Amino acid sequence: MIETLDRYIREHRFFSGLDEDDTALITGCARNVAFKAGDYVYRHGEPADEFYLIRHGRVALEMSAPGRGTMTFQTLHEGDIVGVSWLLPPYRWRYDARAVELVRAIGMDAKCLRGKCDTDHDLGYEMMLRFVPVLVERLQSTRMQILDVYGPSA
Amino acid sequence: MVPAVVRVARVRRELIDAWTLEIDPGADGFTFAPGQFNMLYAFGVGEAAISISGDPARPETLVHTVRVVGKVSAALAALKAGDWLGVRGPYGHGWPVEAAAGSDVLVIAGGLGLAPLRPCLYRLFAERDRFGRIVVLCGARSPTEILYRAELERWRRRLDIDVEVTVDHAGPDWHGNVGVVTDLIRRAAFDPPNTVAMLCGPEIMMRVAALETDRAGVTANATHLSLERNMKCAIAHCGHCQFSGDFVCRDGPVATYARLSRLLALREI
Amino acid sequence: MAELPGQVLLDRDGLDRLIAALAARGFRVIGPTVRDQAIVYDDIGGVADLPAGWTDRQDGGHYRLERRTDDALFGHVVGPHSWKKFLHPSRLTLWRAARDGDGFAVEPTDEHSEPFAFFGVRSCDLHAIAIQDRVLTGGPYVEPHYRARREGTFIVAVNCGEAGGTCFCVSMGTGPRADKGFDLSLTEIADDGGFAYLVKTGSERGADVIAGLPQRPAMARHVEAADAVVDNARRHMGRTIDTYGIRDLLLDNLDHPRWDEVAGRCLTCGNCTMVCPTCFCTTVEDSSDLGGGAARVRRWDSCFTLDFSYIHGGSVRSSPKSRYRQWMTHKLATWWDQFDTSGCVGCGRCITWCPVGIDITEEARVIRENPGAEGTT
Repeated sequence: MIETLDRYIREHRFFSGLDEDDTALITGCARNVAFKAGDYVYRHGEPADEFYLIRHGRVALEMSAPGRGTMTFQTLHEGDIVGVSWLLPPYRWRYDARAVELVRAIGMDAKCLRGKCDTDHDLGYEMMLRFVPVLVERLQSTRMQILDVYGPSA
Repeated sequence: MVPAVVRVARVRRELIDAWTLEIDPGADGFTFAPGQFNMLYAFGVGEAAISISGDPARPETLVHTVRVVGKVSAALAALKAGDWLGVRGPYGHGWPVEAAAGSDVLVIAGGLGLAPLRPCLYRLFAERDRFGRIVVLCGARSPTEILYRAELERWRRRLDIDVEVTVDHAGPDWHGNVGVVTDLIRRAAFDPPNTVAMLCGPEIMMRVAALETDRAGVTANATHLSLERNMKCAIAHCGHCQFSGDFVCRDGPVATYARLSRLLALREI
Repeated sequence: MAELPGQVLLDRDGLDRLIAALAARGFRVIGPTVRDQAIVYDDIGGVADLPAGWTDRQDGGHYRLERRTDDALFGHVVGPHSWKKFLHPSRLTLWRAARDGDGFAVEPTDEHSEPFAFFGVRSCDLHAIAIQDRVLTGGPYVEPHYRARREGTFIVAVNCGEAGGTCFCVSMGTGPRADKGFDLSLTEIADDGGFAYLVKTGSERGADVIAGLPQRPAMARHVEAADAVVDNARRHMGRTIDTYGIRDLLLDNLDHPRWDEVAGRCLTCGNCTMVCPTCFCTTVEDSSDLGGGAARVRRWDSCFTLDFSYIHGGSVRSSPKSRYRQWMTHKLATWWDQFDTSGCVGCGRCITWCPVGIDITEEARVIRENPGAEGTT
């Protein structure tokens, strides 16, 4: 059976509801990728050229600091978006993303997608409608983590 | 209301600041409903309200997990096998295990919140056939602060329960989930209109988790939270534990989200 | 029960003998007396200990005794004490414990106390006693110390002839006439240049005590005079409060800006809770001594203290605003949810004894006149 990128994009919950034309536009920026367990999906400081939509597997977002080793602050799962720094200049990753296990994903070329959104604002709006909720939810979750609610009382 | 004097049979250290006391309640045993609590008295120091954490089907041992947060809990946590303490109880209105029969059950625990929920889990697992899907979601600060970790791992290996654990942050040795417990709710498999949810943990965590279960479609009347307030008498006479019109010691500690949601949104009630 | 005898009249000497008769039956007689520039409740030996010829001038944050032009015994209203001082004492040892081998044993304290006779209980305070009965003995757990003190307490009520400057029993439906819950009730009426006491019996033992005392039958004119006396009090209340729907009014206005305003005045001193006859909150103190013993003592507490709502990390109600709001909404609103009655009897003590004169009736009025106003959360 031939698996097409087009079908993966249609099936991924992030793009659900996109019309035919927009789906075709994005597919033009997409490719199939896979990461082995332990591979880095991207690393801190690298250009944020490609972001990922997980189809299968888990990705850990990490930072490492001298003396403290590596700290994981978020695990992303099937259906999640990996990488948001491609949205804003300077388009560089702020932390590491590593495959915790075998990961299959759709890789989206960030420059390609940004370009298409610039030309076609309707497509741009559809993308924003999908990205903003992700950002808001991540922000809310992160705030909960910062509050350290399980920690010893102040 | 004077305490009964009982003996510690065994002490187990759970976390860096939490100990479990296994207490010999005497020949008559100690019966309680999941979600109830006792007032434990450390000789000469004082009393603290501590939820009961043991198996309700095993009344011959009374189990309490104590986290050190003050003078009394420090004294209780310092008890050794053979030491004596005072017990008054059981008090309070507990988890609606019976009412959940026939439904999916979603149990969400944060930090030490697993301690008042564990008796409920024992009962659910002991009568597994009476319930639909059982989903247990636990949040903790970090991997070394997961309460009852060995037990969670054992439960997770069962084929008929879904157990997911997440931590707020972790080092390189952790290969499990990192993130807030609310994220686990979104990915859990349960049928919201036919689900009974039971939440326990810090109040912020319960509020946020309840918003999430509400968003998922679990009815507010079927979502239960366990509150904590200052307690002195535990019998609705001293007034300390009031939360609006409710005495948490008597009308709680377990109450529905339908009853609580408006009050939880207000400050300093 | 056999029909109680009709009303009779005692003179002042008869009243003195009444007090003596109660003492002779083994009661510890407590009544109003002047002390420390106020009329307080304390042990009394006879009519001579009562505040004859004294009245009180009360207003927000103001209490003064003044001499009357007559020597009425009950020409005053309530002072800083209430009967909870005796039924629900401010300090009580609950139990003691002693080391016993490597364990310890707990001994409850002996709850026995000689029975009280409360002499001069105003109608508002009768209602307050009934409210505390409900709180402390009406639920699944009965407070044994309160019950021991309450059972057998003999009550001689007094119907008010004057209203105090902060009284609002009429608004609360708790007076000025005492209608039940007493063994005897008295109304002081002018008679023959002096005063006489119209006595109504409320129980068999009340009738029993009265039977042995020198008395005259009450005539219609005495009963009318008593009615007029009570009516006078009814018409001169110092304060009023509209209680219609007050529970919902307050609970729907927990964010009202008035709470911020009163917080700017409230010192959280807790005087109101100390003088309020229905406030029941307590705390416990555990102690140990060098001799290997331990004890648990119960003390009055107040929801105005910072510690009251302390849970690990901090207090739930840390701002003065939240504590004032807690007290007032408990008293007028959530008490209904808990006990099916209001917690307030309109005695006015909280208004009188507040150092800055905060007036619960005024606070309720402002919120009622402007419901739904938005303040800070």
